[in-house]
Amino acid sequence: MSVPVVSAEGLTLRSHARVLWKGLDFELAAGELMAVLGPNGAGKTTLLRVLLGLIKPSAGKVRIEGREPAQMRSQIGYVPQQRAFERHLALRGRDLVRLGVDGHRWGIGSHRAPDVLVERALGQVGAAEYAETPVGVLSGGEQQRLRIAQALVCGPKLLLADEPLLSLDPAYQRIAVELIDEHRRRAGTPVVFVTHDLNPVLPYVDRVLYLAGDAWAIGTVDEVMTSETLSRLYGTQIDVLRVRDRVVVVGGPDDGMHHHH
Amino acid sequence: MFGQLLGQHFVHTALLAGAVVSIVCGAIGSFVVIRGLSFSVHAISELGFTGAAGALVLGLDPVIGMMSGSLLVGLVLGLLSLRGSERDSSIGAVLAFGLGVGVLLLSLYQGYATEATNLLFGSIVGVDDAQLRALILVAAIVLAGLTAIYRPLLFASVDPEVAEARGVPVRAISVAIFVLLALTTAEAIQVVGVLLVLTLVITPAAAAQRLTARPGLAIAISIAIAFVATEGGILLSLAQPWPTSFFISTISFAIYLVARIRPRPSAPGAAFSARVRVRVRPGASVPADAARAARRAPSSPVPQRSGRSTQRASPRSVPRPPRY
Repeated sequence: MSVPVVSAEGLTLRSHARVLWKGLDFELAAGELMAVLGPNGAGKTTLLRVLLGLIKPSAGKVRIEGREPAQMRSQIGYVPQQRAFERHLALRGRDLVRLGVDGHRWGIGSHRAPDVLVERALGQVGAAEYAETPVGVLSGGEQQRLRIAQALVCGPKLLLADEPLLSLDPAYQRIAVELIDEHRRRAGTPVVFVTHDLNPVLPYVDRVLYLAGDAWAIGTVDEVMTSETLSRLYGTQIDVLRVRDRVVVVGGPDDGMHHHH
Repeated sequence: MFGQLLGQHFVHTALLAGAVVSIVCGAIGSFVVIRGLSFSVHAISELGFTGAAGALVLGLDPVIGMMSGSLLVGLVLGLLSLRGSERDSSIGAVLAFGLGVGVLLLSLYQGYATEATNLLFGSIVGVDDAQLRALILVAAIVLAGLTAIYRPLLFASVDPEVAEARGVPVRAISVAIFVLLALTTAEAIQVVGVLLVLTLVITPAAAAQRLTARPGLAIAISIAIAFVATEGGILLSLAQPWPTSFFISTISFAIYLVARIRPRPSAPGAAFSARVRVRVRPGASVPADAARAARRAPSSPVPQRSGRSTQRASPRSVPRPPRY
């Protein structure tokens, strides 16, 4: 096995006297996709913020390519939770993607070099058609494609996605997941994919990190998504069913969160 | 009469000062509009007034007092980095108190009442050479600052979460924009007065956001509108001796109305660059775009009103360039 791109050792985070997670260990190798699951408030988004170096863990450490996350920020692609843009915002799809190339640099910048990258990223996600359209009038699915292009345009060393499928219809969900999957296979970028619904990503998931209060479990889908593991995590009887190619969790604290509504 | 006035030195100074101030206001306005800082601008200018009134009482240059008042409030607002309704209400509370203090200070001031009126409503024709030099210096500082932080400022303004994730120091940027805003406001007060700062900082930029979707072009259009309104207002007030601020705010508002009424181009990049876009980089995979642009370019029909601006999928209408 190759050197891990991401390594987390003994990560613990306390927030307002509450332990979000404790002693979290994991490693991500090139091209691996890890889904992060768990109930609301389990600290899934917080974990991403720790991986970005925006929050310091209470204990433990994270290394990305052997360095502090904060030093790697400009090399991490980030797809945030869907947030609508103002309708009249003077910003085109192309501009949004371009910010992913050089938005963090000082000055006004020249257009030439970024344009090639932007054009390619727009093409890869099939967004060239609406590159000139103001982002505020695009549909949620179109905006999400641009977000993925924005996250991938700089050739990131690591991709973090926070509920990227939220509010997308199933067809767009599939497209979004396929785009991310295709990129990690081609570029070998590991992906941390926070989601409350495992099923849209199920075929692509290498590993599942399940956060539940101060307990957690990590492993393959077959290891983690079992009645025993989830019952242990939640401390109550949980049933995990495999229905054809779907995983359905019954009886959790937020029952119904893990399958399609 | 009008012709004679045009030859006067004080008119030249006024026109120059107006040009300088309008460029700065137009430039920063785009970010003010994107970040939703209209109320903050108002607070900064009104507390600039308090500062100026304080300076008058102390026998100091009111411009210095105004600059200090604006900067202080700008810094506080930037450092607090409040959001949403909390920002709204706390600015309201501080603003009201500051104005109350300003009223007291003015009542203590024994000098000419015109000083106060000038602060509130502007006195562009009263700008002297020394003030003009100061205006130019401050304008240069603001423009240099905006240029230096342009990309991270745009990123943090339109997409704060990803900007932060990508390493943009969003908090520092917020402080910086408030400081630049305070300097800009102090400039604008000298032209249009405390009560009308928004007419140069907000109105042109708000109109520009409706006319294009290109961020850089929006700034250029905003500057152009502020420039036309200011210079037009000064010239009109020479012909018809009504307050300059009235003319400036009227021109600015008229352009804003036109921009609002006019349906926004649905593919606004096209509005100003359809022809440029046709010669897309070779190899770029946008044949569809090129074809569309080619279809669009030769004979520009009147914009199709049918779809308004709402549906992106509607046939992309041919937008007219803005008229100003």
